[in-house]
Amino acid sequence: MPSRIIKNNFRVDRLPHIWCPGCGHGILMRAIAVAIEESNLDKDKVCIVSGIGCSSRAAGYMDFNTLHTTHGRAIAFATGLKVANPDLKVIVISGDGDASAIGGNHLIHACRRNIDITTIIFNNNIYGMTGGQYSPTTPNKEKGTTAPYGNIDKAFDICQLASGAGATYVARSTVYHVNKMVEYVKKGIKHKGFSLVEGVSACPTYYGRKNKKGSAVDLIKEMKHKFIDISAKDKLSKDDVKNKIFMGEFKDVKEPEYIEEYFKIIDMFKKEMSI
Amino acid sequence: MHNNIKFLQGNEACVQGAIYAGMKFFAGYPITPSTEIAELSSAMLPKIGGKFIQMEDEIASMAAVIGGSLGGLKSMTATSGPGFSLKQENIGYACITEIPCVIVNVQRGGPSTGLPTSPSQGDVMQARWGTHADHPIIALSPTSVSETFELTVKAFNFSEKYRTPVILLMDEVIAHMREKVIVPNEGDMLVIDRKKPQVESDEYKAYEYTEDLVPAMANFGEGYRYNVTGLVHDETGFPVNSTSEAERLLNRLMGKINSNLDDILIYEEYLIEDSDILFVTFGCMARSTKEAVNNLRNEGIKAGMFVLKTIWPFPEEKIKQVSKDKNMIFVPEMNLGQIRQEVERLVKTDCNIYGINKANGEIITPEHINDYVKGVLGKCLAE
Ligand SMILES: Cc1ncc(C[n+]2csc(CCOP(=O)(O)OP(=O)(O)O)c2C)c(N)n1
Ligand code: SF4
Repeated sequence: MPSRIIKNNFRVDRLPHIWCPGCGHGILMRAIAVAIEESNLDKDKVCIVSGIGCSSRAAGYMDFNTLHTTHGRAIAFATGLKVANPDLKVIVISGDGDASAIGGNHLIHACRRNIDITTIIFNNNIYGMTGGQYSPTTPNKEKGTTAPYGNIDKAFDICQLASGAGATYVARSTVYHVNKMVEYVKKGIKHKGFSLVEGVSACPTYYGRKNKKGSAVDLIKEMKHKFIDISAKDKLSKDDVKNKIFMGEFKDVKEPEYIEEYFKIIDMFKKEMSI
Repeated sequence: MHNNIKFLQGNEACVQGAIYAGMKFFAGYPITPSTEIAELSSAMLPKIGGKFIQMEDEIASMAAVIGGSLGGLKSMTATSGPGFSLKQENIGYACITEIPCVIVNVQRGGPSTGLPTSPSQGDVMQARWGTHADHPIIALSPTSVSETFELTVKAFNFSEKYRTPVILLMDEVIAHMREKVIVPNEGDMLVIDRKKPQVESDEYKAYEYTEDLVPAMANFGEGYRYNVTGLVHDETGFPVNSTSEAERLLNRLMGKINSNLDDILIYEEYLIEDSDILFVTFGCMARSTKEAVNNLRNEGIKAGMFVLKTIWPFPEEKIKQVSKDKNMIFVPEMNLGQIRQEVERLVKTDCNIYGINKANGEIITPEHINDYVKGVLGKCLAE
């Protein structure tokens, strides 16, 4: 018997999903569904827009208006959709490669515009769908099928990237810290402006195997130890944070939102006409 | 009485036509010689409650236009040469997902950044085959400013009626020329809107195989929750990995255009009936050619011309018909023979087919056409 969350938010006839056993993407997808459920949104107004990649397959499983676009372009499609109909709740699901490599330009510009879209990035530090090539978030020295001798690129910190580009809500959680994931997605949905939630995912099939990280469970256990909350930062010593990654809420500010600003221009003409 | 007589530039007429047809959303990225279309859209749209957005590049613009259309607004983007290349992946997406939208390409010399401010007609084949694999496309090409208005309205109408991206293939000459346009009053020209579903949401099939081959389209937010994907999909819109479904979908996509050629093919015939030599032409070349035809007639040479307004689908039967019994066909175009090759493909007679070509940023003048034709005729007589 599917649970209430599953019945209410998923296309049960499209399940089971095609993700590998142990893939973190299912956990993140469920977290988004819980967040939507708990936000009491009108399902007919919720749009899930995704790009291309394992993560982007999530759109097809979720029972909303779903738009599975081209690789890297989800945010650009979402921008048109949201501008055309601001009543829609537009949520983008994108992979780390999808969002920060091929789609990097769209990501930074959506942040800059502060358009009211929530983007959730499933970061498994690798290109999953194409078979384990290194992505812009693959840590330096780690391996991918196109980095057989170790990756010499410097990795992106997607949250820092989004904060710097102007996103007004930025948070990170992991598939281990799933309750936090739900909380951040909820806050992101409620936030007026561009919100970005990074969900650190696990790809045992490629990332795990290539980098000898052990089983899916080992990957998720590693998250438990590796990630510490940013709110504790000031209390920690240099040693405490060595080899750790911060998670939590990095940014939560109010700034003019794109569509609201555009409506001010439209209103200007409405007023002119009524005089 | 005539307060709707305007003196407009081609690019301006395009925006006016788009707004007449109901455009409410424009996303674009500036590029010469199409820029005025973005500029005027940004000024006009908020006045009618519509929206303009300058995206970060052409890829994003094309994506936003598809999103905007699915969000319920008639949507357009405009670009030139290199920008048109960038849009191609998402034009393919609009083809397979059947999202109505209009893409204006004011052609410029190329390849690459080429000749930014010079006229060209070099994107005929890119308009047809720019995105990967097989798919139908509609591309219209105006020969004057007032026709730019008219064909922009038709481009929107075709896109809505057949749920397909439509390309308005302009050239710099028409885009930057100013001419008289009589802007039609509301109701004078037909404006078509997409067909809406008439069923309950749980019965709606977003890609249903209806008799007219065009599925009804629900906009996102209207209570029909469905999936849109660029993958091959079945009637419900969900991806399928089946050879038979792939074939069925492609057949329907091709069929919805190919079974409506009578509606889609727009062309003009000028003095063809009694002519010995025929010109096949389009865009600004139709203007040089018309004068050349008149000049040749004055000298007793029976010339006629066929002007393509719909470039794609190519009017195959019509070309076969008008080229019958002609001794020679001349195809003047500002590229190295893209339309000429289509004509050659179709006309399998003893008739000689000659291209009059320039791809150097220079317009082909009536004199050039006259001289070329007379040169060929002289040679034939000598032989
Ligand atoms: C234009 C284009 N280039 C490349 C691809 C191939 N491709 C599909 S998914 C993908 C990477 C996906 O990686 P990521 O976004 O990290 O998601 P994941 O699969 O890891 O969840 C690539 C390169 C494509 N579909 N389109
Ligand atoms: S390849 Fe990796 S990311 Fe893709 S489904 Fe498998 S485990 Fe998940």
